[in-house]
Amino acid sequence: MDAAKLARMANDIANNFAVLGDEEAVASTANHIRMFWDPRMREQAFAMTAAGDEAFIEIARKALEQLASAAGANG
Amino acid sequence: MGFESQPDFGTPESRSSKSVTLTIDSREVTVPVGTSIMRAAKENGGDIPSLCATDSVKSFGSCRMCLVEIEGRKGTPSSCTTPVEEGMVVHTQTDRLARLRRGVMELYISDHPLDCLTCSANNDCELQDTAAEVGLRDVRYGYEGENHLGTKPDVSNPYFLFAPDKCIVCSRCVRACDEVQGTLALTVQGRGFASAISAGQSDDDFLSSECVSCGACVQACPTSALMEKSVKQHGKPERSVITTCAYCGVGCTFRAEMKGEQLVRMIPYKDGKANRGHSCVKGRFAWGYANHQDRITGPMIRESIEEPWREVSWEEALAFTADRLNAIKAKHGAGALGGVTSSRCTNEETFLVQKLVRAGFGSNNVDTCARVCHSPTGYGLKTTFGTSAGTQDFDSVEQSDVILVIGANPTDAHPVFASRIKKRLRQGAKIIVIDPRRIDLVKSPHIEAAHHLPLQPGTNVAVLTAMAHVIVTEGLANEEFVRERCEWDEYEDWARFVSEARHSPEFLEAVTRVPAEELRGAARLYATGGNGAIYYGLGVTEHSQGSSTVMAIANLAMATGNLGKPGVGVNPLRGQNNVQGACDMGSFPHELPGYRHISDPDVRGSFENHWGVTLAPEPGLRLPNMLDAAKDGSFRAIYIQGEDVLQSDPNTHHVAEALKAMECVIVHDLFLNETAGYAHVFLPGSTFLEKNGTFTNAERRIQPVRKVVEPANGLEDWEVTQELARAMGFDWNYSHASEILEEIAALTPTFAGVSWEMLEECGSVQWPVNEANPEGSPVMHVGGFVRGKGKFVVTGYVPTDEKTGPRFPLLLTTGRILSQYNVGAQTRRTQNTAWHEEDLLEIHPTDAENRGLKDGDWVKLASRTGETTLRATVTDRVAPGVVYTTFHHPATQANVVTSDYSDWATNCPEYKVTAVQVTPSNGPTDWQESYASWAEKSRRIKAEAKAEPAE
Repeated sequence: MDAAKLARMANDIANNFAVLGDEEAVASTANHIRMFWDPRMREQAFAMTAAGDEAFIEIARKALEQLASAAGANG
Repeated sequence: MGFESQPDFGTPESRSSKSVTLTIDSREVTVPVGTSIMRAAKENGGDIPSLCATDSVKSFGSCRMCLVEIEGRKGTPSSCTTPVEEGMVVHTQTDRLARLRRGVMELYISDHPLDCLTCSANNDCELQDTAAEVGLRDVRYGYEGENHLGTKPDVSNPYFLFAPDKCIVCSRCVRACDEVQGTLALTVQGRGFASAISAGQSDDDFLSSECVSCGACVQACPTSALMEKSVKQHGKPERSVITTCAYCGVGCTFRAEMKGEQLVRMIPYKDGKANRGHSCVKGRFAWGYANHQDRITGPMIRESIEEPWREVSWEEALAFTADRLNAIKAKHGAGALGGVTSSRCTNEETFLVQKLVRAGFGSNNVDTCARVCHSPTGYGLKTTFGTSAGTQDFDSVEQSDVILVIGANPTDAHPVFASRIKKRLRQGAKIIVIDPRRIDLVKSPHIEAAHHLPLQPGTNVAVLTAMAHVIVTEGLANEEFVRERCEWDEYEDWARFVSEARHSPEFLEAVTRVPAEELRGAARLYATGGNGAIYYGLGVTEHSQGSSTVMAIANLAMATGNLGKPGVGVNPLRGQNNVQGACDMGSFPHELPGYRHISDPDVRGSFENHWGVTLAPEPGLRLPNMLDAAKDGSFRAIYIQGEDVLQSDPNTHHVAEALKAMECVIVHDLFLNETAGYAHVFLPGSTFLEKNGTFTNAERRIQPVRKVVEPANGLEDWEVTQELARAMGFDWNYSHASEILEEIAALTPTFAGVSWEMLEECGSVQWPVNEANPEGSPVMHVGGFVRGKGKFVVTGYVPTDEKTGPRFPLLLTTGRILSQYNVGAQTRRTQNTAWHEEDLLEIHPTDAENRGLKDGDWVKLASRTGETTLRATVTDRVAPGVVYTTFHHPATQANVVTSDYSDWATNCPEYKVTAVQVTPSNGPTDWQESYASWAEKSRRIKAEAKAEPAE
């Protein structure tokens, strides 16, 4: 998928949870992506964060890293 | 069912719980207080002759036909205007009354053509029946005097005519227009002998007047003065079938009146619980598309989209399709396949498509058009209340004191419910409208909004947060309700957030452009005006913060205690007829039927056991994601039932490129729609008149759809899906839609008590239908929320990324018009084009003047995404800086200009906010010209090879 669009989607989620404060926003963003994104979208986003892609805002990046880490632990 | 009309009791029913007993013609009868003598007699097997009375409107007492004698009273009062009283003794048939009635009838008939045998209402005429009933045998006055015979009929309306010579000026049409429809387009002009029914102003005919062609006047007319042209053409129907309309989410019940296999007319059914006997121009009249010449009734295939279509047998088409799908799956995996269910099809059909995708294709890549309309409702209401559905039935509005309409235009998009809103407003309820446009509910005859908040598009969350600020900071919240029914801690967090000074109406006025004092007034009225009901539409959901807005609405309703009883609630007005049902049936990629997440092993297990397959546990791609994935090659085949994604989805260029990139696009539809231009397989569909099944309307009402005629394509749509599944090797053997409903009920707790037999018996039922609610649930969340305690969600305002600037200084918002429906595939193929034959751009006079534009000019509408041309309508309905258009016509393709920005939670496109520029134009854009040429080319059908004639 278009990487910029994927980053925008993750950032939109993060921006809307930002009002909850960083910690809860990261957890909520991660949960939202886990519940609603197709695995190939998640994996592409994980790869982008792993490669240091700077398109993600802080909350989105942390959420994706958290998810990637959990996916790695489970998988 | 035969053709016999539904009983007419003459006057509306009384809903009093107290009753009185009286004697009518020696029979003792007991009826509710407030009942008219006429109704009391008719409810108890009698019949008092009448002409000006019908039970859809208030009694009028003008025809003097229903006179009765009451012991102890002087004179002969009219039974329609005289209420029953305890102990009253009434005589309805006496010599004196017979003489009076015959005398009146004689006068009526002296100015009425005696052409009964050739009249279109012959044997279906109340005047004829009443003349027989009163025993009229002679007209002593003759016909030589002044009369109205020979007057010219008004045939301007495409669907019905008005013949003044057949009119008895009973005013039933005028009163139906006033009381039932609420348009007040008709009047009685002149006095005495010169009295005549008139539509609009003196220069108007029916078409040019404000008449909205709802058909209420035709329904009310006791003669053939107002008559469907189809009855004039085909004659009186001979049988009828009760079924459900396939247009908007109101879900009106109709009697399809038939003559053999010919549909003669659709009559709104008085016992329909959604419409209560009313209709709109679409459901009542716009069904001609079913037999339109454009309809394709045989399957077609082609190797590539550059080739013309080839007409083939069902066997060949299904084998071709199955081979392609199986080959793609084998090569690229199940994740490369997906499907789109249709909100225009039945629950059973959407259930089968998602079953085919999940159990057959092996992926969860299934979505529905709700993705682009009400998916934020699904997310927002499930998060706050626990399930994705409106909280009330439509009857609830009769008990509302304050009606808040936000981002919806019910008079155009949900007209039958709008009439009920207007009726309630005429009774004294107040209305608040939050909309960038001055919709009809802001100001129209006998309607004036207490507050209109013409917000800047994209600022819904800011406006609702400001309203919450007023309610909390002015101490107007219903804390008792919140403490009892909601999570108190979360309420406190929310209350603190909205109370911050930066959320005050004054602070946010610069963003919302809503005058602070007006907003404060609206908030106060909603919180303190009695029963407050919120109705919303796509102006809420189709934004980058659509889901947040839905939650902000839910927060307001919870904070004010406006939930869990009649008259209040949060009510999404669903766009298409079965949006609610399509969502209920598991059409979203992350949810199985009944809104249960695919990751839940117990839920998944119940489907796996029933279907004998293993289901993928992860969410699939949403429709916009499928299109994105198609461009990168990981998604290659799509089965689209009853949806025209090319025209309806945003950023048309992007959609076209994605479809072009796929190896197998299957379009299952009535017509070669715009998407079919990029398809490899066309499977012909059936109309709602040609199938059995159920639709679920916006009030969660599951209603039967009954087959009226055999499918022109040979198969109901669920049968087509089943045949495709069978061609792919799955052993599906449903023989009737009721068997699919049985499977739905077995697998979906909220449908547990629903069956075809139950619907046959009770007509319709609102889910949840289960052990706790065996007869359904008109109001939800009574006593407690589905999720337990109501959840307040803090919704911060996040401005959209779609910004205006020097190049694109205006904001475009899109919507619908009364006579057209969605992408117009159906309504464009009816005579509804008489009202709207093209999409128009509404622009404020100031913006028009700045650009040198005048009404009717061609303009170019350009955004960062694309450009199109259309004609301008200069109007102050829109605010300066805002322009508006509809998306009904492919020649315009309004979605060429809309962006692919979307709701943060659901990817519902942000149709309602696009930064645009409008400039004068002298013709179609290059894209429009090339698209028109492509569309024509893509619809070519290869001529059958014919044998050479013999020498």
